[in-house]
Amino acid sequence: MATLKVNGQVMTVDVDDSTPLLWVIREQLGLTGTKYGCGIAECGACTIHIDGQAVRSCVYPVGALAGDEEITTIEGLSEDGSHPVQQAWVELDVPQCGFCQPGMIMAAAGLLNDNPDASDEDIDATITNICRCGTFTRVRKGIHLAKTKKA
Amino acid sequence: MTTVPGLSRRGFIVGTGATGLTIGILAACGPGGKDAPAEAGPPPPEVNAWVHIGTDDIVTVRIARSEMGQGTLTGLAQLVAEELECDWDYVKTEYPTPGQNLARDRVWGDFLTGGSRGIRTSHDYVREGGAAARMMLVQAAANRWGVPVEECSAAKSIITHSPSGKTLRFGEVVADAAELPAPESVTLKDPSEWKIVGQSVQRLDTVDKVTGKQQYTTDMKMDGMLNAAVKAAPKRGGSLKSFDAEAVSSMPGVKAVVQVDDTSVAVVADYWWQAKTALDTLPIEWEDGEGSNFSSSAFEADLDAGLTASETFVGNQAGDVDAAFSNAAQVIEAKYNAPHQNHACMEPMNAIAVWTPEKCEVWCPTQNGEAALAATSEAADLPIQNCEVYKQLLGGGFGRKGASDYISQAVKIAKQMPGTPIKLLWSREEDMEQGFFHPITKAYCQGALDADGNLTGLKIRISGQSILAGIMPQALTDGADMIVFQGLLPSGVDARVEDQTIKYTFPNLLVDHAMRNPPVRPGFWRGVNANQNAIYLECFMDELAHAAGRDPLEFRLAHLKDSPKMATVLQAVADKSGWGADDGLSRGLCCFYSFGSYTAACAEVTVGDDGELKMHRIVAATDPGYGVNPQQIDAQVAGSFVYGLSAMLHQEITFEDGETQQKNFNTYNSMRIAEMPEVETLVMPSGGFWGGVGEPTIAVAPPAVLNAIFAATGKRIRQLPIKDQALR
Repeated sequence: MATLKVNGQVMTVDVDDSTPLLWVIREQLGLTGTKYGCGIAECGACTIHIDGQAVRSCVYPVGALAGDEEITTIEGLSEDGSHPVQQAWVELDVPQCGFCQPGMIMAAAGLLNDNPDASDEDIDATITNICRCGTFTRVRKGIHLAKTKKA
Repeated sequence: MTTVPGLSRRGFIVGTGATGLTIGILAACGPGGKDAPAEAGPPPPEVNAWVHIGTDDIVTVRIARSEMGQGTLTGLAQLVAEELECDWDYVKTEYPTPGQNLARDRVWGDFLTGGSRGIRTSHDYVREGGAAARMMLVQAAANRWGVPVEECSAAKSIITHSPSGKTLRFGEVVADAAELPAPESVTLKDPSEWKIVGQSVQRLDTVDKVTGKQQYTTDMKMDGMLNAAVKAAPKRGGSLKSFDAEAVSSMPGVKAVVQVDDTSVAVVADYWWQAKTALDTLPIEWEDGEGSNFSSSAFEADLDAGLTASETFVGNQAGDVDAAFSNAAQVIEAKYNAPHQNHACMEPMNAIAVWTPEKCEVWCPTQNGEAALAATSEAADLPIQNCEVYKQLLGGGFGRKGASDYISQAVKIAKQMPGTPIKLLWSREEDMEQGFFHPITKAYCQGALDADGNLTGLKIRISGQSILAGIMPQALTDGADMIVFQGLLPSGVDARVEDQTIKYTFPNLLVDHAMRNPPVRPGFWRGVNANQNAIYLECFMDELAHAAGRDPLEFRLAHLKDSPKMATVLQAVADKSGWGADDGLSRGLCCFYSFGSYTAACAEVTVGDDGELKMHRIVAATDPGYGVNPQQIDAQVAGSFVYGLSAMLHQEITFEDGETQQKNFNTYNSMRIAEMPEVETLVMPSGGFWGGVGEPTIAVAPPAVLNAIFAATGKRIRQLPIKDQALR
């Protein structure tokens, strides 16, 4: 049994403590925006926020949660797609296949939570998500554009 | 769950007539009329097979090709909308199913999405579909008004009768239009009249991708659905000997442990994580087979032997190359290699299947809907008319999802649990082990220079793997794989590969192939053989220029006098980059022709004293004939560079004892944003032909960077990937 607060809602799920948070979010909670890409925290497709910090959920056992953390998934980043990163992503047509983008957006939003004026160097150091379509040039532009937008 | 519209019989007749040319072309290879597919819903109104317009004016354009990120959905819709004269803001898209295509005499043509053909081989018939629909709408309005059709025209989804100024919306006449006979002939607009094609309109499919709403197959849910994890023999040629189902059957959520086929076993559970956890602990015994002792390091000797073997397939031959080498003032030689690589789509292989004794339905990402349907029918052991495939957005394809192996697996599992929807998802490790790998090759390049530094003879010997021999032997030409010679082939010899010919003119040339096939399943990997052939040709051209004491730009242009289009893109990247500038950056060039497009790149790099490579910028140019959506071409160019440069920098699949030594992204790395250079794309469509976009540019980035590294260091990198090689 685990209790989690996801996108503002408190939920209880009957699941083994060792289950990665990713799979609880996707399977038990049915929030499928967060993706599985590698299972070893390499690719970042599973990135969510725990108390505003970007976390790779595929290696985060649900049992490690205290239960009072604020977990945010891509579905909860904004009510209507109006988070500055989402606005910038649409404006620049950042996604290609889109599969890695929920994780990429959560990583970018996490970076801007910590550092609203992130530089190129900050982006290089923090955004380590894999995108096989290769959207990086627009991801970088998108983060800079998001800095100028309001939710 | 995806709803699938059925298509009316009337629609079939109108659709057939409206795209008469399509039918004319495709009837020869089509399978002929068949009964309606298993799942025919209520018929929606449609003007013809390509276009459905609602009374609310919403235009739904049917797209036969698969969207996998490359933007084909948007580009093809632009082509239809251009001729339809509809308001772009009203345009939506949907996929017809392979079963519907079969039932309608392949009215949508080929579903195969590969070879950068999405637009270049269907632009004519999709535009004709749009034009025919417009003519029927305008005719319907003219009939309603009782005026000559010549006095009416359409623009932005509104039909206007010029003399009276009367107007009707498309949605007001669509029902009448659908009853009209299709026009006997259509005239397409001259490209100079295009208003939507050629514009950098935004993609139609972005918004849901930034909110998490976008559904991929793995995100779908169905009543009673169970999840499956699969494991196939990890060694090449291996097979399944036995497994101990009892050992895991009481684990949480486990519903079944099933043998899928001769080589694989699956665990089916309530949730995928439970299935995977049980599969990881399932005791399995494997049987070795041919290839189970395959070693990449041992195979090096086979490849090396091929570099000097006397029996080869000749791909391109001109002049008297032996005489050129006999008379040479200087002979330059170099050996290059390209390893096996995995596609590593972000979305691992997956499919949902439901099987009953009467029918089988599959939801899946696929680049080849019709092959997926055929694979479903075979695995389901049901007639193809009793099967259907519902294509979903791909989370990356890159050639991997042209194969249907994972679809067959899902069906074979579902067949053992009749009526239960089975969602199969591969782990990343399974994806790495069970690839269709980019073929392994080496090249032996030799150049003859005269005393004035002119290139009088060139030989490129390719030794290594043939994709066609491995997976499409019926496509071999008297045993030869002509695709091996991508970008190196002679022009005017074989129409099937005219889009993969060399644009340099060399007086004396020999390009040949010593086929050496390892027991590793090869596949079409974005850019295919253009990737390594561009390195072989364009890095060696750079070597020759330096040996001749000539400027690499001038040296190339000297051999491009017969290809002004190639010379133009090459000169453009050199000019834009500031070729020859003394600004602390080292530059490297490449130009290459593949998939029907002329492409070039100029890379700007620095290499630190410690050997650290920094790729600052790559200026790229492409002439694809027509540029349907320039901002999406820019996205494809920059994206293809990530794919190609990831391979150049990091990626190599090696086998020991028949098994991949790389299992995930920690050992098969893909470049991150910190390594990504700025990309400046020059979209230079010169008109008169249709070239590809998704793949051609992938080939030019690595040679340009490798040549720039040489410019910086004086050291040639010929062994790929660069990985941990010292650059200084």
